[in-house]
Order: sequence, then C-alpha cells, then structure tokens
Amino acid sequence: MLDSKIPFGPLEERWTKYKGSVKLVNPANKRKLEIIVVGTGLAGSSAAASLGEMGYKVKAFCFQDSPRRAHSIAAQGGINAAKNYQNDGDSVYRLFYDTIKGGDYRSRESNVHRLAEVSTNIIDQCVAQGVPFAREYGGLLSNRSFGGTQVQRTFYAAGQTGQQLLIGAYQSLERQVALGTVEMHTRHEMVELVIIDGKARGIIARNLVTGELERHFGHAVLLCTGGYGNVFYLSTNAMGSNVTAAWKAHKSGAYFANPCFTQIHPTCIPVSGDHQSKLTLMSESLRNDGRIWVPLKKGDNRKPNEILENERDYYLERRYPAFGNLVPRDVASRAAKERCDAGYGVGSSKQAVYLDYAAAIQRYGKAEVNKKNMGNVSPDVITALGKEVIKEKYGNLFAMYEKITGEDPYELPMRIYPAVHYTMGGLWVDYELKTTIDGLYALGEANFSDHGANRLGASALMQGLADGYFVIPYTLGNYLADDIRTEAISTDHSAFVDAETKASDRINKLININGKQTVESFHKRLGKIIWDKCGMARSEEGLKQAIQEVRALKQEFWSDVKIPGEVNAMNQELDKAGRVADFIELGELMCLDALERNESCGGHFREEYQTADAEALRDDENHMFVSAWENKGVNGWELHKEVLSYDVVKPSQRSYK
Amino acid sequence: MQHYSMNLTLKVWRQKNKNTAGSFETYPVQGISSEMSFLEMIDVLNERLIKEGGDPIAFDHDCREGICGMCSMVIDGRPHGPWKGTTTCQLHMRAFKDGDVITIEPFRANSFPVVKDLMVDRSAFDRVIQAGGYVSVNTGNAVDGNAIPIQKDKADHSFAAAACIGCGACVAACKNASAMLFVSAKISHLALLPQGGPERKQRVVSMITQMDKEGFGSCTNTYACEAECPKEISVLNIARLNREYLGANLSGN
Repeated sequence: MLDSKIPFGPLEERWTKYKGSVKLVNPANKRKLEIIVVGTGLAGSSAAASLGEMGYKVKAFCFQDSPRRAHSIAAQGGINAAKNYQNDGDSVYRLFYDTIKGGDYRSRESNVHRLAEVSTNIIDQCVAQGVPFAREYGGLLSNRSFGGTQVQRTFYAAGQTGQQLLIGAYQSLERQVALGTVEMHTRHEMVELVIIDGKARGIIARNLVTGELERHFGHAVLLCTGGYGNVFYLSTNAMGSNVTAAWKAHKSGAYFANPCFTQIHPTCIPVSGDHQSKLTLMSESLRNDGRIWVPLKKGDNRKPNEILENERDYYLERRYPAFGNLVPRDVASRAAKERCDAGYGVGSSKQAVYLDYAAAIQRYGKAEVNKKNMGNVSPDVITALGKEVIKEKYGNLFAMYEKITGEDPYELPMRIYPAVHYTMGGLWVDYELKTTIDGLYALGEANFSDHGANRLGASALMQGLADGYFVIPYTLGNYLADDIRTEAISTDHSAFVDAETKASDRINKLININGKQTVESFHKRLGKIIWDKCGMARSEEGLKQAIQEVRALKQEFWSDVKIPGEVNAMNQELDKAGRVADFIELGELMCLDALERNESCGGHFREEYQTADAEALRDDENHMFVSAWENKGVNGWELHKEVLSYDVVKPSQRSYK
Repeated sequence: MQHYSMNLTLKVWRQKNKNTAGSFETYPVQGISSEMSFLEMIDVLNERLIKEGGDPIAFDHDCREGICGMCSMVIDGRPHGPWKGTTTCQLHMRAFKDGDVITIEPFRANSFPVVKDLMVDRSAFDRVIQAGGYVSVNTGNAVDGNAIPIQKDKADHSFAAAACIGCGACVAACKNASAMLFVSAKISHLALLPQGGPERKQRVVSMITQMDKEGFGSCTNTYACEAECPKEISVLNIARLNREYLGANLSGN
C-alpha cells in the first residue's frame, strides 16, 4: 500500500504543522551524517548548498565538467511566485489552484499547496543571493504573465531566468565547497544504487574521465537528476540529460510514477532535417506578445507577409477567446498539431505554424510615440520604436532564432512547432519527497509530484528550488534523526562490492557486443517510435504496436550495438550507450502507462477519449489516481495506484474558452 | 534562405589524454548541409568514424543552445568560431562554403589542460568562484525581495555581467591566457548590487589571488577576450575590476 504521508488537518495548515512537529537533528550530529546528492541543477545545487549550510557532510555529483552546466541553466521565461506585487488578485491559493487546474487534476493537493506557500521564499532567497531579476524604474521587481494564468506572477531575468537562478544556487554550492561541507565530483555519473538492509546507503559512480568505478557511501541519497525527455531522442533537453540514475533506482525498487505524463512545448524551432541532434525552445513568454496563426487556405505556399489579415486563422484566439494565445502548453501544442495534420502547416516541412510579432511591434511603437510625446511620425518610426521594445524584452530569443534558422524574426514571423520539453512523471515520492526506498529521495523534475498531467510555464524552476531550498532541509532531518547512531558504512561492505560488480558486468557486456549499429542510430529509432505513438496523440492500437517495437529494439540493441574504445578510459559512446539502454526500457514503460490510462488528461491525449470539440476527456471516476509502477525484472511491471482525493478544489472540465 | 550542401576538409586536434602529445588529423567530410549546426557536422563525422572502427572525436557539449557554456573548441583560430557573439554549438554550417578547410583545436591555456581531443579541464574557474564569487547568505536568511530596491540601470548592468556562461573563450582568445574578463564579470555582477556590498573588498582580493594561483596570465588590454566572448561581455568590467581591486587594497581589509 502506498502511503503518501500527507499530514492531517486543513490544507493550508499542513506544511506549517509538519514543520513544527518534525524531528530535528542537532548540529553536532549533522556533522557526522553524510548525504549524497546526484545532479546539480536547480534542485540538486540548492539542496546540496542548503544541506551543507546546515552542517551535513554532502557529496555532490554531476556528469558535466562543472555544476553550473546543468540543464536548468537553459530555462528561459521565468519563475512563478505568489507575491501579488502587481496587486492583481494573486495569492497562495490562486497559485495553488492554477497549478492543480493546469495539471488537469492529477497532482496531489498537499504538495502543490506547499509549493505555492514556499514560492515567495524562493524569490526572497534568490534576490538575497544577488540574482539580477528584471526591475521596474522604481527599483522594484518586475513581473510578466505566462500561459494558463490570468495574473502577472512570473519573475524573470530577460530570457535567461534559469541561468541566473542556477548561477545563484551554484555560487552558494561553491561557497560550501570552499568551506569544506560539500565535496564536489564533476564528470561523474551514477551507475548503480547501493542498498543495505532496505535503506539507500550509497552509489556506484563512473568517473567519466578515467572510466573507473567508484564507491560512495551516504546515510541518504538524493536524486536531483532531472527529467527523461530525451527518451524521444529529439527534445529541448541537453544532450547529456538522461534517466539513468532514476532508472537504476527504479530497478532497485523505487516506483516510477506517471511515466506517460510528458510535456510537449508548443513553441520550439521546427526540425530542419535528419541531421537534427536536438530542438530549441522559444520561451513561452513569447506568447505574451506573439500571435499564433496559420493560413486560412489549405496548402497556402505564399510568403507570410503576402498573406492578408483576413486570410489568416489565429486559431488559438478563435478557439479559446478567454485565454487566447496564453492557453496552457498541452492545449496550444495539440491545437498546432491539429492545424498541421489538417493541412494548414507552413514552411517547407509543413510541420510548423507562425508566431507573429507584427501587431506587437506596432502596439509598442505607438505607445513609445505617446510616451515620448513625438506627435505625428511616419509608420517607419513607429515600427523602429516597436522593434526596440521587442528587442529589450526578447532580444536574446530573437537572436537565437536568427542564428539557428538564418531568418530575421523582426521582419518575418517565426516558424514554430511543438517539441518535447519536460516530463511530469518521475520517481514516485511521498510528501517528504522520499521514494519507495527508505533513505532515497527524488527532487525537482526527477520526481512526479507537483505538476499532475501538465506543467504550467515558469513552474519548473519554482519546484526545483522549492524542493532543494525549502522542503528537503526539513523532511530529510525527519529521516536522519533516527539514523544518528549509524556509523559511516565501509565501502568494502558486500553490498558495495555487489553493486559495483553489477555495474561493471553491464559495462563489459555492452562493450563486448561489438555489433554493427551505432548508439545514436538506436536512440533515433527509439525516439521515432515514442514520438509517433506515445507523443502528442496516443491510441490503444498505436501503443500496443509501440510496445512490441520497443521490445524488438531492445533485443536488437543488446545484440548489435557497436561501441568503440575502452572501458577504462574516457569513452563518450559508452556513456551514451548506458543511457540509451535505460531509455529503451523506460520507453516500454511509458507506452504501458499510456495504454493503461484510458482517458485523456493534460499532456496525455488518447484519441479514443475526447470531447465533441476535440478537448481532452478525463475520466475522474476511474482514473483519478497516480500510476506507480513497480519493476518486476524479467516479469515486467506491477501497477500500484495512489488514489487522489481533492479536499479543497473541485475537479471540473478544464476550460480556457 | 537558400540551403546548400558542401564537402569540407577538417583538420582536427587529436590527443589521447593529458599525458600524451597531440597532433592534427585530417578528415574529409561530404554532403554537409548548410542547415546543420557545427556540432551536428562533427556528429556526422563521429558516426562515420565509429562505423569505420575508429575513435570518435571527444568534445564537450551539452545544452546546444548557447547557454550552458560547456562547448569550447578553437575553430580556424577563433574560440567558438567565426560568428560574433555565438557559441560553437550555435554556429551553423552556412558560415562555411564548399571546399573549405577548417582547423579545429581545443582551447589552449596552461590553466586549461587538455582532457582528451577537444575537451579541456576548466575546473580552475570553479575554484576562482569558490574564492569569493558569491554572497554569503544561507538559505532562509532572506528579507522580502522588494525590501531591497535596486536602480534599474544598475540591475541591468549587473545582469549583463552575470550573463557570462563561464566557457573560457576569453582565456583561449588572450595571448596571455588571462582570465580577467571572466573574473571581472563576476566581480561586476556582485559589486553593482547592494547584496554584494558587505563582502565587496574581500571578494575582489581573494578572487584575484586565486586567479593568479591558477596560473592565468596578466591582462595587457588587447581586448581579444571581448571580441571573442560568445555573450559579448564588455571589457568595461575589467576596468571596474581594476578599480575595485585598487580600492580594496588602498583601504586595506
């Protein structure tokens, strides 16, 4: 039976009560307790820094050459917080409500409420660290709006919010490294979890420079390893982003929750050809000012600026007048796919829609003319002034678009198409962020807990930092308080030896296959199966086929993959092979989960379950639960259900019309 | 935009590890699309090398959107290649034409030893940050975000300096392998904000001390760093760093 350990009492008092009654570890004991943190993105860096500050002995690991490279750095648009600085009616309750509704009623009320509560502390903490958020002329913090909400609660630093937040957390982390409370291991990858007497007690990590396997003990292990979007091969994730650490934990007993809940982001630069290695996001904040459209006429091949206003279909504004271009991501993505599938797509691939700034440029230009009291000016002056405003708001994004496509988005509308961006599913955790393995925690995107079936924009940064700065420092103590008498366990313990043997056997097996096909080619094929059959639209038939195809691919991989080089040296192909092998297994579970969930909700759209006007059709009676999958080795998986109960919010058909 | 296909000759630095000597190898590559990114072009070559039983070229890269700072490489003598304000991962092949010979080397600096092929060890940068590139504020210590108003232009300038991605191109571009642009960006980021005030003097002194200890060279104001910086960090930050350093030393600690 899954126990989510949600505290009793009224929703808004649960976290306060928990904090007030939770067990504590005294400072002298903290110094004796060792904690392993895997991953140094927002969740990992903030957790490692905070725990180091508290006096724990922390060992942090990342596969990159520096903790500052983790992919949180690429988040563009912003971070939400219920500050209500804009006096526009925001509150903890509204942020909580929007997140629950945005997640299509598939997340846990208690976790989400806690997230909304601590959101305000995050902004304060980041400001104190010197994160240079955007400001108004009065010197106070600026906000913007984001999809799925009607208030302005998003804090930002141009289009580089993730970078600035991560650098803040990274600097705090490096400060602890200097103080000696955190030991940093870069270019290391966790390849096995060590469990002793049912408790997570360490990891086996591969030194990616020398190829050596290392044993590391910890009284507790925190996985802050991000999401699994790269199962699709093409995604907006970094090239190295992977599921391996989480997957090892899963195969060691941690349940994996809602794997089929993946987010397809509506505004990404379209695929340009077979050589494509990754996709680039254009921040959702662009939808604040950009208008999305396709030609009204099917297969219209004219240039966008030759298509007159009355020949355009601003389909989001048409379908969702209340939210318009600011509908949540899942809704916007599906609407783009629907138009392209119906033959209205643009560009050479016809798999794209326009994101157009012409109207915004005129609007801002006219406002500038008024502001500067310029009187009657020529249209060219208005356009030039408008472009200046757009440049200040989105300059780096426009420059990035221009570099990738060679087109000037100030002159021509951007071409965009949905791409895999985020995964709401992840390791199942309870209220304390603990997985089903005692002493093993999952933070940030690596867990499943806060975003339900769809994440709202600017909420990933919020969740990563909430977990790391303000949740785990409390909940971890509650576990470690009972562990203060446990001496550090020697890494000569048989459990460490066995785990290392397991890891090394697998590595040797991989390199000795010596087949004909490259790792990359398998990854591409996996991505295509998952994208086609477990992407923006899923069907029973397609999923059943996908499961067979993934299984066959797994067999082929393990008999015909070709990995050059040696085991005991730097070997990037070997690193990649281990990750792809895990993605293949995860791919099967994703399809299984999608097949099991006979409803549509959030990012999970089953073609069989839709309303008359093609919106997602939930089945609350039979599917208001979290799917938590237990790995049964060769026997596949067993499904456990955590039933969701809504004490405060009344689930309804999500409407953005 | 007209797309085209090209055949190229790549001269690539190959080096097994930091203890062995390296040398250039020549690789012809065919049918490269102008729409590819530079790293996708190397992916194509690596796939071929693997199939031929060779050793693929090792290089650092991760986000491939110009923000993580992991990619490096000196392309035809320039860190991150020919495009201004662009990381290697954002450089696209339309910067080249059919028949070009392209030379690809790692960042060269004593403080950045080669790990393998085009990959270098930039951990010196992390140690410079450890020396003081932060505000000493523990989690939970903060006051309300709006309790610290900051002039907009100061916040904007601070942000412009904080946009540094720590890639090390400034060091690779400098004939002295100086890290002044990197260090000055961090000093500026924090010195321009009231939050950075209390540790301002100590920070600049200890970061400079660590910079010297890592073996980075001196700044002789050639501004090659600014010219090659993919984030176009301004050399005005170096001037600010010098003022901060002088001020800290004059007033003592």
